[in-house]
Amino acid sequence: MDLNYSPEELAFRDEVRDWLTKNLPRELKQKVERYEHLSKDDLLSWHRILAAKGWVAPAWPKEWGGTGWNVVQRYIFEEELGYAGGPPLIPFGLSMCAPVLLQFGTDAQKKKFLPRIFQGQDFWCQGYSEPGSGSDLASLKTKAVRNENFYVVNGQKIWTTLAHYADWIFCLVRTDSGEKRQEGISFLLIDMKTPGITVRPLILMDGAHEVNEVFFDDVKVPVENRVHEEGKGWTVAKYLLGYERMNTGRIGASKRELEKVKEFSKNVADIRFRDRLARLEVELMALEITNLRFLDRMRRTGQPPSADVSMLKIKGTEIQQGLTELAFDAMDPTASDEFSVALRKRYLSMRKTTIYAGSNEIQRNIISKMTLGL
Amino acid sequence: MNFDYSEEQQLLADSLRRYLQAQYSFEQRKKVLDGSPEVWAKFAEMGLLALPLSPDYGGFGGGAVDLMAIMEAFGEALVVEPYLATLMASRLVARAGSAAQKSAVLPAVAEGRLKMAFAHTEDGARYDLAAVKCTAKKAGGHWVIDGEKKAVQGAPVADKLVVSARTPEGVALFLADPVKAPARRSLDGFAEADLVFSGAKAEALSGGLAEIEETVDFATALICAEAVGAMKFSCDTTLEYLKTRKQFGVPIGTFQALQHRIVDLYIAHEQAKSMSCLACSKIDSSENPRDRARAISAAKIKTADAARHVSQEAVQLHGGMGMSEELKVSHAFRRLTVVARQFGDADHHLARFASI
Repeated sequence: MDLNYSPEELAFRDEVRDWLTKNLPRELKQKVERYEHLSKDDLLSWHRILAAKGWVAPAWPKEWGGTGWNVVQRYIFEEELGYAGGPPLIPFGLSMCAPVLLQFGTDAQKKKFLPRIFQGQDFWCQGYSEPGSGSDLASLKTKAVRNENFYVVNGQKIWTTLAHYADWIFCLVRTDSGEKRQEGISFLLIDMKTPGITVRPLILMDGAHEVNEVFFDDVKVPVENRVHEEGKGWTVAKYLLGYERMNTGRIGASKRELEKVKEFSKNVADIRFRDRLARLEVELMALEITNLRFLDRMRRTGQPPSADVSMLKIKGTEIQQGLTELAFDAMDPTASDEFSVALRKRYLSMRKTTIYAGSNEIQRNIISKMTLGL
Repeated sequence: MNFDYSEEQQLLADSLRRYLQAQYSFEQRKKVLDGSPEVWAKFAEMGLLALPLSPDYGGFGGGAVDLMAIMEAFGEALVVEPYLATLMASRLVARAGSAAQKSAVLPAVAEGRLKMAFAHTEDGARYDLAAVKCTAKKAGGHWVIDGEKKAVQGAPVADKLVVSARTPEGVALFLADPVKAPARRSLDGFAEADLVFSGAKAEALSGGLAEIEETVDFATALICAEAVGAMKFSCDTTLEYLKTRKQFGVPIGTFQALQHRIVDLYIAHEQAKSMSCLACSKIDSSENPRDRARAISAAKIKTADAARHVSQEAVQLHGGMGMSEELKVSHAFRRLTVVARQFGDADHHLARFASI
């Protein structure tokens, strides 16, 4: 048993860390650290810096621009990114649409979309959730009716993150309303400029515009924009659920925040606060080692992560919320400086983490069913 | 980075598990509670007693990671032999004894001929390792010890004791013969006794508080691993119960209210296992006492929290049966309850962790 990274892995980490120190723009880092709003340009400029270095899509095959790193290197890279205070890489194109295209797409689809995703030319969003269909994804109703070389799409998506920035949306739509509801679902790529699409902001409790409702009113989608066979959209969606879930704990970012909360709360003398902070630090230590245990198992078995990897999302998001709560509680209740205002909003906003990307209750269902056999 | 046990470590743990399954089942354990020389002889034969000792004295020079797999297996089977008591006392002799003292004690421990106990904790000390009121005075060519030690694990069966006592120079360690005292079983089934020393003859070891702290940290890492075993048993047996116990015509494991709770137990066990890996590997690799202490306290915080959570929920999910003495799960509850406080509870280690 050896919990330490190998000398090669440490050298790799230092290389990444060193590069980030030199190339992560100061103003972007500050915005992240101060919980300020990140514009589309902010997100894209960071994406393009990484693309120019060739590090924007490490997990892709080399022929499409991947780095050829192993799972441990990819983990180190992502955690260093979070630790350094880099803006998040928006996953919808890089780590959701692209893996689907690589697995199920035609050559033409790959050639058309992958280079543009890599370069940050197209901004993607995800059309899964619907007003009546959240955790129970297979109950979705947005309809696509085949009409010669087109599908005509009608319906509504909701909670669509950054749809107001997006050039494209990948959608799960119903192409058949037969008996088995999973079987009538297809996976479509839709140009957001197509007539009939309306994006309406949904303002969350922190006042931010991040998610949207997207309405489809007789939207014509060419048949060549369907990925995989008609009616096989559920297979595609399930494939994506099992993909790249080794970084859902976001340990690097939480380590950075922990350091900041420690610094920030130095004037809080209450021993009970100190204990809460210490307990959370221990939780984070345990999560990091648990994450490394998963990685070690993956590397040695060559198998994709098992269902119990869901615990990384559960614990990771609980810790992120816990850190924000501690920062919030450490703040002077009467403070009105810019950072304190941003921190209050941050506390409100972070409640989303245990709800999005498969709520933590859904994650528990997954472990219960797949790992424990209940 | 590698989280697997070595082949040797795994083989030893596997053969220990096979032995415990065959000879230390829950039913057999009840009889063992009255003392069983065969078990100790078997431990010696398997090399468990020699494992932590130096090759210079008949040992195998194993570290905490080597012992981790053993302790997990002990936790699963709820082993109540004086293994840790002997290990702690002999470790103190190994680190603070003269060559003659080591030769007199350690080979006998390795061969299973000598059980030991560490008489340290006193009335009111709680988790303060420096709270020693027993005194040691020089009298002629030897030392004499006066004072009382509380709940000394392994004392009723120990052939030799290591005792802490105060001298004008501070807390010091001594090697002494056992003293007669009424034996009892602790809440979790270990043999223990309160000891009264009045003018008891002893020979001095060279160490003091620093050695005690080091050995207690070492033992803390080991009981974290043992707790992982007891938690694994509790999770597994509770999962089995959820799958077989029927109410309203269905297995109770079909109820989501219970599913989510056992998932949380499973996660708590995995998180505790991670911290036990950290604690044991830090003990083996860390040169810096602060570094070591920080990792041990972090592990103990997580272990104490997880032990309470898992033990309480395992009983609750068993319903009335969980309360019954007939089921092993209630005995795992006892062990996990004690382990949460052994060598310091979560509050104690939170204070220590935050102060480092």
